[in-house]
Amino acid sequence: MKNANGKNIDYKEVLSKLGPLLALVLVSIALSLGTEQFMTVGNITNIMRQASINSLIAAGMMMVILTGGIDLSVGSITAFAACVMGVMIKNGIMNPVLLIVSGFGAGTFVGYINGILLTKLRLPHPFISTIGTRNIFRGLALLITAASPISGFPKAVQYPGTGDIFLGIPVSFLIVIVMYIGIHIFLNNTALGRHIYAVGGNKEAARLSGLNVNKILIIVYAICGFMCAFAALVMVGRLNTAFPLAGSTADMDAIASCIIGGVSFLGGKGTIWGTLIGSLLITVLRNGLNLIGASADMQLVVIGLVIIVAVYVDVLRASAEAKSKRLAAKK
Amino acid sequence: MTQPFIKLENITKKFPGVVALNNVSLDLYQGEIHGLIGENGAGKSTFIKVLTGVHTPEKGEIILKGNPIKIENTKHAIDLEIGCIYQELNNIPQLSVTDNIFLGCQLKKKSGLLDYETMHKKARELLKDLGQDIDPTLPIEKLGMGHQQMVEIVKAITKDIKMLIMDEPTSSLSETEVKELVDAVRKLKNKGVGILFVSHKLEEIFELCDKVTVFRDGQHVITGNVSDFTNDLLIQNMVGREITQQFPKIEFKKGEEILKVENFTRYGVYRKINFSLSRGEILGFSGLVGAGRTELIRGIFGADPIDEGKLYLNGKEVNINSPEAAVRNRFALLTEDRKTQGLVLNASILSNLIITCLCKFKKGLFLDNTKICKAVDHNIKSLQIKTPSPDTLAEQLSGGNQQKVVVGKWLNSDAEIYIFDEPTRGIDVGAKVEVYNLMNKILEENKAIIMISSELPEILGMSDRVIVMRNGNITAEIKRNSKQFTQEDIMHASWDDSAIKE
Ligand SMILES: Nc1ncnc2c1ncn2[C@@H]1O[C@H](COP(=O)(O)OP(=O)(O)OP(=O)(O)O)[C@@H](O)[C@H]1O
Ligand SMILES: [Mg+2]
Repeated sequence: MKNANGKNIDYKEVLSKLGPLLALVLVSIALSLGTEQFMTVGNITNIMRQASINSLIAAGMMMVILTGGIDLSVGSITAFAACVMGVMIKNGIMNPVLLIVSGFGAGTFVGYINGILLTKLRLPHPFISTIGTRNIFRGLALLITAASPISGFPKAVQYPGTGDIFLGIPVSFLIVIVMYIGIHIFLNNTALGRHIYAVGGNKEAARLSGLNVNKILIIVYAICGFMCAFAALVMVGRLNTAFPLAGSTADMDAIASCIIGGVSFLGGKGTIWGTLIGSLLITVLRNGLNLIGASADMQLVVIGLVIIVAVYVDVLRASAEAKSKRLAAKK
Repeated sequence: MTQPFIKLENITKKFPGVVALNNVSLDLYQGEIHGLIGENGAGKSTFIKVLTGVHTPEKGEIILKGNPIKIENTKHAIDLEIGCIYQELNNIPQLSVTDNIFLGCQLKKKSGLLDYETMHKKARELLKDLGQDIDPTLPIEKLGMGHQQMVEIVKAITKDIKMLIMDEPTSSLSETEVKELVDAVRKLKNKGVGILFVSHKLEEIFELCDKVTVFRDGQHVITGNVSDFTNDLLIQNMVGREITQQFPKIEFKKGEEILKVENFTRYGVYRKINFSLSRGEILGFSGLVGAGRTELIRGIFGADPIDEGKLYLNGKEVNINSPEAAVRNRFALLTEDRKTQGLVLNASILSNLIITCLCKFKKGLFLDNTKICKAVDHNIKSLQIKTPSPDTLAEQLSGGNQQKVVVGKWLNSDAEIYIFDEPTRGIDVGAKVEVYNLMNKILEENKAIIMISSELPEILGMSDRVIVMRNGNITAEIKRNSKQFTQEDIMHASWDDSAIKE
């Protein structure tokens, strides 16, 4: 009986560990019952397209949160990188390679600035440094574009945002998958990746083990900027326009994706795949609620609730796990 | 042993308000275990941090194998083959044993990716060399303190070091774990590694070390061969005076029963625990680390929920389901882990000391600052807390002085039942006596004490009655005047399942 009981608990444990994935499946089933338009090839590729921008940003955010930090400037970085590309075409530079390189350069550079501010100025928490740069980068994006959108990107630049590979799978989603696999390998199988976990797990211990904590932090914030630039590339491609006000809720969406995906806010714990599921869940909800015809206000309420429920389920899971272990030990 | 591996000359290191090291010189050799002892705040940890590049001394010279050098940072120290295990465990709890061991010096495959197969294998081998059977793939937070300490050692020696510094490595280990550690350290010595071993436990110094150095108030007092010293001589050098009585036990008349615990059970942790406590009594809890003692008192204190059991205070049943309720019922808990549970590290000593008794200092709506300062000054004096001022942050105190602040904080509350969990961990001999005197004072006021301790001399020296636990069960209860109130019998009960219940 104890064994049966034990097995039962294990089964439950596995289920709850896959909690976010399960939620994604359940929500999808509910939505496909709710509206016929949901489970169509067209809509699924649509979801992939819609998820890609947030997924790219969330991946950068996830690494920042792993170090125990936060980056509130991701939306501004994305807009800034897009606008740098916009200003280039406005000035007649149409070489796609040049455009893409400058977009990535801009995003990575301002991410690097975030890292420098945090480590070299020794600002007490990245919340502070990035809330500052959130305003600065947004302001710069508006400044260089004179606050108006710029359109007319060359085809090659639009490709990552608009193209399809096969079966209608969007290029942008393929980019997400490739980047996520890359990040998975980076985090789990390279020294720098493990050091990111170490810094978030116990900064002082990392320092005393001889790691250059500041360097690691700077790299992480730069990578986050790089991922934002990637999102910017997909964004300008999709809309064929660089909007200086784009991505104003990107920071919160990215953070929410990480949280739903089980990345610990205290640092040191979390996987990239959780983040992907978190990001997909948010997109699926938005998409489905739209199809059903829910108002924008209702969508906000639902997504807010989902974030809270997701984290609460995780809390319950952790304590249930602890309890079941103790019960298993009851002789 | 011709040339010292590293030579420190006239090192001076100041902090605001304190001279932590004053003109200190020391030679360290390979293949030699060098003990370093001194009171709390004597400068031992600071000295170590100079050696590992955490602190830069204002004055003095460091000479490595004959060449003067400057140690820039911890990484540089490791490159110079100096490894260190710090006073407080420094690992990344979420990462695996292997990740922790190879942090900063991972092995890579040709592709540049990490070679976990080889690292796991090597980790397992290194642990086995030290007589440890630990699964290197486990997250380190799942291991006990002793095993975590072993991993720290392995981590230090994977870096091919010639000098290993250990800052109180045994302070949170049980007797068996200490034995294993001692063996491991000897093995290192035989491999030619030099060891600087800091400890407050003089037995360990005598058992393990070849040489010993004493610091006092940031100054070098004496260095010599261990065989030339006696216990008393070391203590005298350390505190600058003689300590006549290490355990100033006073036996008070037992009063009425103040606490009764009935059938306390938390599944898988402890079960069916029954005991009672009288006023004027110190009830010792002995047993191995992991026997469930800390968990039991956390249950009593309402910090973790219990699954079954009743608790009676002064004969009346009470339900304590939170620490707040426990404090309201006049319990005080001095946790074993001061860094995470006992102190607000980035608050001043003053605020830490008065946090449990703020209402005593109310004057109308506000706090009476003069009264607070007076009380705190008195605390600092009577506990001999070594600090430039009451406004110093708790994290800037030496380990032992932090412990005194924790004791002081609860002495200030008007608790009646004091639970001390490893009350003298990391405290020097002189200060220990102070803590014991404080215990006597508590008893004199007709209050009661529960004391968990892994140090048998302390249990034997101070308790009126001892309960021995093993695997979550009580295996023995022995009174002070019983014939079985001995080291052997207590050890026996904590090791053996066949109880010798009195
Ligand atoms: N970071 C710091 N800032 C200010 N003062 C400090 C700092 N670190 C240590 N001190 C002070 O330097 C003195 C020496 O402290 P140290 O930690 O070296 O003592 P210790 O001999 O290791 O004592 P213990 O046995 O209690 O661990 C103490 O008075 C302490 O308060
Ligand atoms: Mg110390």
